[in-house]
Amino acid sequence: MGSNHEVHIEVNGELRTCTTEARTSLADFLRDQLGLTGTHLGCEHGVCGACTVLLNGTPIRSCIMLAAQADGQSVTTIEGLSGPDGELNGVQEAFCKTHALQCGFCTPGMVLAVQALVDNVPEPTQQDIDDAIGGNICRCTGYVQIREAIELVLGDVAKVRTSDDATVGAR
Amino acid sequence: MKPVDFELHRPETLSEAIALLAEHGEDGKVLAGGQSLVPLLNFRLARPEHLIDLGRIASLTAIRRTPQRLIIGAMVTHAQAERSVAVAQGAPLMARAFPHIAHQAIRARGTVGGSIAHGDPAAEMTAVAVALEAIMVAVGPRGTREIPARDFFIANLVTALDHDEVLTEVRIVPPAGPTGAAFEEVARRQGDFALVGAGAQVRLAQDGTIADIRICLTGVSATPHRALEAEAVLIGHAISPESTQTAADATRDVLNPSSDLHATADYRRDVAGTLVSRVVKTAVQRATFDTTSAA
Repeated sequence: MGSNHEVHIEVNGELRTCTTEARTSLADFLRDQLGLTGTHLGCEHGVCGACTVLLNGTPIRSCIMLAAQADGQSVTTIEGLSGPDGELNGVQEAFCKTHALQCGFCTPGMVLAVQALVDNVPEPTQQDIDDAIGGNICRCTGYVQIREAIELVLGDVAKVRTSDDATVGAR
Repeated sequence: MKPVDFELHRPETLSEAIALLAEHGEDGKVLAGGQSLVPLLNFRLARPEHLIDLGRIASLTAIRRTPQRLIIGAMVTHAQAERSVAVAQGAPLMARAFPHIAHQAIRARGTVGGSIAHGDPAAEMTAVAVALEAIMVAVGPRGTREIPARDFFIANLVTALDHDEVLTEVRIVPPAGPTGAAFEEVARRQGDFALVGAGAQVRLAQDGTIADIRICLTGVSATPHRALEAEAVLIGHAISPESTQTAADATRDVLNPSSDLHATADYRRDVAGTLVSRVVKTAVQRATFDTTSAA
């Protein structure tokens, strides 16, 4: 007796029109209906961050948003970052260079969280960086290489102002 | 984890939403940002037959400021309010609480009104509403009600809202005079629901004594706790190490938190006192800075 909804969502720059059940999460919609399995599902209740996608450029948890709620909006998944032949973008390249992943499960969500930081915050502080990735759980790296990836992609470690001088000294 | 089947309604006006709630009675449930409700749906702990999504009702997404009031529309997201100068000035305690609410991706969707209507005593917004004596405006088929925070939170996840009412806005009286606020939490992991959280908003008189003080605690009772016992110790005096200690002890004396896997009642009580003392000191420092910067 659940309702069906026709949704129009711009996914990675392409307008997609589909019919979906009311109870379908945005994550399941992306994975099962559009075949975009780069969006990972971990906890499915908004805690782990694996399902992070960008909604109108802002990171959100796609497991606790209904696909129907995304009607008329723009979604970017990990598939939307790379080039047409799978060429990695700057953030993805930096993750490779710094070994910022091991098992890779958190990586799509982590990369998108970092992409939003790079796109939206001109000169992020260390606190900004930690806030940006703090909601994404990584059990492999301990975050050290992920921070390195972010610093690399921001161009120059020295450019990263820190709000806490003690942190700088320790690094 | 998939929710049970439900029918989703996406009304474009408040009156449509209220009509839908009236039509579906106890089988209907309001969906705001969904950051608490959708996890409950995924776990099938909530099984509403009809969800009424407020996401298309543009009139609920505004932050307004009048000389006497700060008015936050129920669908204003945490992220939107966190960036708002009107909120920073009109409700400094609320502004200080936002960074403690989960993570950016949650704050991007979660709403101030949704959090308050959910009525979780571990949530920051419920405690802030109690401390700032917010007025919750509820609209339903029988008209509009203004519900003061002290009457709004009835029990864990139970509020004074009737099933056919929609929380439309939260009204707060802005402070008049040099004011400072602070919010601190002790949590197992940053962004988790805190074991205990505490907030304070302080307004100073010209002589440096405390003219107005609001202290609140999360996670220590079935409804958010307004620490009137600590406020009574501090109001009318300048703070001292002794007075903040006395205030902390006063709070510890009245609290009766529960024990769980993460912390014992004694630990929560102890942390609550410590946090009260810390947030009061920080809020007073910030109020003092507010005095000097205004001069």
